[in-house]
Amino acid sequence: MQDDSFISIRDVSKHFGDVHAVDQVSIDIAKGEFFSLLGPSGCGKTTLLRMLAGFEFPTFGEIFIDGQPMSSVAANHRPVNMVFQSYAIFPHLSVSQNIGYGLRNDKLSKAEMEFKVDEMLELIKLQGYGDRQSTQLSGGERQRVALARALIKRPKVLLLDEPLGALDKQLREQMQLELRALQRSVGITFVFVTHDQEEALTMSDRIAVMSEGKYLQIDTPNQLYEAPQNRKVADFIGTVNFFNARTESVAGGKVSMDAGPLGKLSAAPGKLEFSEGQNVLIAIRPEKFSISIEKPASGNAIEGTTDAAAYLGDRSHFYVRVNGVDKPVAVSAQNMDRTHDVTQTHQGQVWLSWEDDAMVILHED
Amino acid sequence: MSTKNKFGALGVFAVSYLAFVYIPVLFLPLFSFNDSIYVAFPLKGFTMQWYYEAFQSDGLMSSLKNSFKVGVPVAILSTALGTLAAKAVTRYRMPGKAPVMSFIMTPLVVPGIIVGVALLIIANMIGVTLSLFTIAIAHVPMCAAFSMWIMISRLEGFDKSMEEASFDLGEGAWMTFWRVTFPLILPGIIASLLLTFTISFDEFILASFLGGSEPTLPVYMWSQLRFPNTLPRVLALGAMILVVSFVLVYFAEWFRRRGTQIKTSSGV
Ligand SMILES: Nc1ncnc2c1ncn2[C@@H]1O[C@H](COP(=O)(O)OP(=O)(O)OP(=O)(O)O)[C@@H](O)[C@H]1O
Ligand SMILES: [Mg+2]
Repeated sequence: MQDDSFISIRDVSKHFGDVHAVDQVSIDIAKGEFFSLLGPSGCGKTTLLRMLAGFEFPTFGEIFIDGQPMSSVAANHRPVNMVFQSYAIFPHLSVSQNIGYGLRNDKLSKAEMEFKVDEMLELIKLQGYGDRQSTQLSGGERQRVALARALIKRPKVLLLDEPLGALDKQLREQMQLELRALQRSVGITFVFVTHDQEEALTMSDRIAVMSEGKYLQIDTPNQLYEAPQNRKVADFIGTVNFFNARTESVAGGKVSMDAGPLGKLSAAPGKLEFSEGQNVLIAIRPEKFSISIEKPASGNAIEGTTDAAAYLGDRSHFYVRVNGVDKPVAVSAQNMDRTHDVTQTHQGQVWLSWEDDAMVILHED
Repeated sequence: MSTKNKFGALGVFAVSYLAFVYIPVLFLPLFSFNDSIYVAFPLKGFTMQWYYEAFQSDGLMSSLKNSFKVGVPVAILSTALGTLAAKAVTRYRMPGKAPVMSFIMTPLVVPGIIVGVALLIIANMIGVTLSLFTIAIAHVPMCAAFSMWIMISRLEGFDKSMEEASFDLGEGAWMTFWRVTFPLILPGIIASLLLTFTISFDEFILASFLGGSEPTLPVYMWSQLRFPNTLPRVLALGAMILVVSFVLVYFAEWFRRRGTQIKTSSGV
């Protein structure tokens, strides 16, 4: 267990019969962190979260929260609270009764209880809603009530399972900002499950990208985008172009490669290890290319034909066909010049150029 | 045009169906007010005499009491059992769920006469005296199956993360049941109590096989059919039971519906 980690998931696996829903996952989460679990449907996000909450117990491995092993602690005795995907608002109780539900065991006077509930109503900006029947709330209001009901317990960790999944796009974006601001102000560790990469990128301090019960990479949003460690992560987060290459020499913090139609290239290896004569993938994001009609004077460049172009206002997207490369190369260019419509003038032959550090070298797998 | 025709045909069907079911039944109240001991047209005149006699008849009143003595405990016990069984099959992953389910549901389809004979043989074998108690024992499995059927749909109707939320907020199993599960399934429990009571109250075959010298109301009524002069007061009682059963079933259905509404309006 790391010293500064607040939640420590140690080699945890969860099997449902033959299904390995979570497979040997180790994650350390720091106090006060906004940590997201991101991955496609069925990759085990909910299962991992439910193990933190105490609704499922690991088949193997151990979970520590604030230094305490959780294997023999039931859900109702853990210092965590959860916001359910369905919100699980109690329909037979009013808004206040829902929010105050968890206070029964705290032996508070009626006045103290009311004070705490009012405090929460204010936090979620639903003052005056206390006496409403919870069945009369809108989706966004239900989401807030679920949040308040969990936060009133002052948990050390708040678990959120796709809490914004049921909201429409506009409300969702607003709630993303509110949730993030709230997390900063209460200072509670958040573990947030989502399958929406944009949501994870905008909200999280760190993200664990999961696939088929395992995690592929745990990193900051920036690092996941700019320095993915494998093909799946690069592919899952944003758009990316892959090119096949073969290493020629590895020395002095540089990997030199023969990239076929792209010519001889050299780039820093990042955190991965490479040997000579190895088949690798070069990953380049669309916005790392520059597009021009004239051949650039120097640097990495390649000629191609524009296949399709889309004007998006602030930027334009191109697909450029390059001889010897199977898939058209995705390129995104900022529209810096008001009077110059690149989608019109760039029909036909163009040059793509890029810097050495635009390239991420990945193992071929 | 064609939908109109279809509706017409359906309407005719519905009306004749209801007529077929209810007109014979309506003869009961009709003749119960008829001032003649013969159940035949033409009607003679209006009288409340049969109702008065029904309440005066000791046999009738004691059998009515017997029916309550069986029906009330049977309703409570079978609803409790049905609720627990429904909770088990809907909430826990358990091996052999399907066979267990069909095993519990069997009493609903096995003919009463077979169950009655079988239980009678067993009662004789182990030497139990036939009484209201043996009737109740026979009614419970049948009513519990009905109850379970009602409670399963009730429990499946609500999001089980609601119970998890209660655990998450610090409550144990018992308080979670009391504060969340019970209020949410209460309409189902009331519906189940009313329905199982009605079933036990109306049940004839098991009651006549296993009742010994203590007849329940249907058994008593049947025994009175042989005597023409007591027939009208049986009709009077039948009419009252008809009204009470109708009210009970109506309320049971109303509670069941009310529950469903809560469920749908709370869905995300
Ligand atoms: N109780 C269970 N019994 C059997 N299999 C289960 C159970 N719960 C989850 N699984 C399986 O475990 C895998 C992971 O499920 P999980 O719910 O954790 O996925 P998820 O990442 O949350 O997906 P989603 O984004 O769709 O919610 C799935 O293949 C699922 O079918
Ligand atoms: Mg999930």
